[in-house]
Amino acid sequence: MDALFATLFYVATLLFVVGVLQRIRTYALTPAPLKIPTTPAPTTTRGVVMRMAREVLVFESLFKANLWTWSMGWLFHASLALVLMRHLRYFTDPVWAWVGMIQPFGMYAGLTMLLGLCGLWVRRLFVERIRYISTPSDHLMLLLLIAIAASGLLMKFVAHTDVIAVKSYFLGLMRFDVQALPADLLLLSHLSLVVLLLVVFPFSKLLHAPGVFFSPTRNQKDDPREKRHLSPWAAKLESEN
Amino acid sequence: MADIVAPAYRVIPIVPVLKPGAMEGKGPFVANEKINEAIGFPGKLAENWQETHDAVIAKMGELLGKYRSLKVYMDACVHCGACSDKCHYFIGTQDPKNMPVARQDLMRSVYRRYFTLPGKLFPALVGARDLTREVLDEWYNYFNQCSECRRCSVFCPYGIDTAEVTMAAREILDSVGYGQKYSNEIIGKVHKIGNNLGLPAPALIDTLEGLEEDVKDATGIDVRFPIDVQGAEVLLITPSADFFAEPHIDSLIGYAKVFHATGTSWTLSSMSSEAGNFGMFIGNYDQLRKIAMRIRQAALELGVKRIVVGECGHAWRVAYSFWNTLTGVGDGADANDRFAQMLQKQLDHRYKQPAHICEFTWDMIQDERLTFDKSKNDKHIITFHDSCNVARGSRMGDLPGGQFDIPRNIIKAVANNFVEMRANTTREQTFCCGGGGGLLTDDLIDLRVKGALPRMEVLQQVVDEHGVNFMATICAICKAQFTKVMPIYGFDRRMVGGVHQLVSNAIQLGPK
Repeated sequence: MDALFATLFYVATLLFVVGVLQRIRTYALTPAPLKIPTTPAPTTTRGVVMRMAREVLVFESLFKANLWTWSMGWLFHASLALVLMRHLRYFTDPVWAWVGMIQPFGMYAGLTMLLGLCGLWVRRLFVERIRYISTPSDHLMLLLLIAIAASGLLMKFVAHTDVIAVKSYFLGLMRFDVQALPADLLLLSHLSLVVLLLVVFPFSKLLHAPGVFFSPTRNQKDDPREKRHLSPWAAKLESEN
Repeated sequence: MADIVAPAYRVIPIVPVLKPGAMEGKGPFVANEKINEAIGFPGKLAENWQETHDAVIAKMGELLGKYRSLKVYMDACVHCGACSDKCHYFIGTQDPKNMPVARQDLMRSVYRRYFTLPGKLFPALVGARDLTREVLDEWYNYFNQCSECRRCSVFCPYGIDTAEVTMAAREILDSVGYGQKYSNEIIGKVHKIGNNLGLPAPALIDTLEGLEEDVKDATGIDVRFPIDVQGAEVLLITPSADFFAEPHIDSLIGYAKVFHATGTSWTLSSMSSEAGNFGMFIGNYDQLRKIAMRIRQAALELGVKRIVVGECGHAWRVAYSFWNTLTGVGDGADANDRFAQMLQKQLDHRYKQPAHICEFTWDMIQDERLTFDKSKNDKHIITFHDSCNVARGSRMGDLPGGQFDIPRNIIKAVANNFVEMRANTTREQTFCCGGGGGLLTDDLIDLRVKGALPRMEVLQQVVDEHGVNFMATICAICKAQFTKVMPIYGFDRRMVGGVHQLVSNAIQLGPK
């Protein structure tokens, strides 16, 4: 069991890292031949950084679109960020001070994360036009995240697992020294689902996370008159005539 | 035509109930072989489906490698539904495939099947599907029911722009001989005659002489409409509708009066008598570039110092955002970029290149080089319809949002009565007129009428509350579309007109 999970985690992490980096590489290398920022758009790099920050941190465009999706979506993502940071305590020894400080918040973030996910799913299930555009994988992705959150919360609030052993297991994995993993059904489900999430990430809509940074409508400066923008393949057309 | 009726206004403007299939088979006429071949596309679909199938997938792969937008947008959508109620065509037709996300998914489902691992392994799970003739027909139908207005992209958390997907789809369809008649026919005319309306140079020159007489009769002043004048300072590039369509022509008269009153030497070009660029609508970079090159050529031949663009929405997007890239009309080319430098050295960079006619007029107003009798517009209670391509694909002036403020500033400088329409339907959230993106054709009149619904609803509001009787706009397509569909909604067609029509009414031409 210990070795099996060790293998799963190594393979999943490798797939996740290589898969996402490969995808980022593709995005970065694909040219953007025309200036297409959705205007009004910032005219300076600093402005673009601010626009992207608002988009990524507070979901500015989604806020304009729909308050239900925005509030549930933001609640989920912000909670997830806290929960992930809180989980750093299983990978650091001694635990970094700031990770220690956010522990109490991280605990409740697990609950709000679940709330956000359920809110999004309710919308997907009951709003006609959102149900229309949903594929089975959209529902399953929510289910997967809900299952991860729920199994984690059960371990925190209902049936505790041996967190000391879990921590030494992961610290062990990080130095390629496989330790004993508690044979706890909740824990093993939680970890299996996380493995699944890592594996599907680079092949699924979860690519919206790296993708947003490469979206030309958001990351381009509005300066087409001031500076000539030319992609390599478009420049070649000029040398031909 | 007789059976075309306007959809009822929504009592409360909420999201409509879905009517699946409502707009199935309502796409535009397909281009014939002659039209397609004239602009270098295959005449028609191959007899053998497999051949078309393979060509579509290959073209899609090519575009995914050429356009980062398409690549990222195919991957990033999470089906959150932020865009789902934002499209005027969805609101007007209730066809769920006119929701931006569903429109994109017509292509995304094929992308997943052929270009992603889960789509290859578990197509049903991720909504992936094989490319069949039915799928291609669906592409033709629904990608020709998008006006590329970018309203959805304002609301998407990843900035996914359906216009980019629509352009890619049309480019793929054209590449296998499945082009749209209206757009491709017009592109053929630009190359052959020099403008979208197919107005030959002698007729154009005649029209301009007629205009000079008309203005002389009306004002007693010799306002010139010069054409092909070597060494003029300004080259005016304007949509060809401005030369004879109503109410477009009144704005052309307005531009001429502004040039006259400010003593600006200007010229039109008979070779390059079109600002519109339907190459953008069909998503074809070569056509986009070729059509834009006519302007570069005219500027070089006439030796002008400035290039000014008339009232036209998508033309201004192409001019503002793309001309520098495509033809070098702009500033800031590398010193060793000979192609662009050749033109940029000629242009006067104290001014923005290219400039919108509204920028030109507003600068002149600020410099106090124009005087107006605002009471001449007192018969009008005016509102302003932001045209989609100007609003979300361009700018005017130095500050973001200048494309909203400058036309409004001009209206307020030349008229006394101005009111705004509801805030979530103006500026960056403006609704398309319903006829943009290559859809301004009679075979799509049903779609055009339905697509105008959201704008007509809020126009009705300001008509009821403020007695608005004039909707100003700065787009040739908006003007033509509204003139056609507004009577169907019970409005007078003369309610729509250009900003420079108002300028023309109020401008003082005599000695100051």
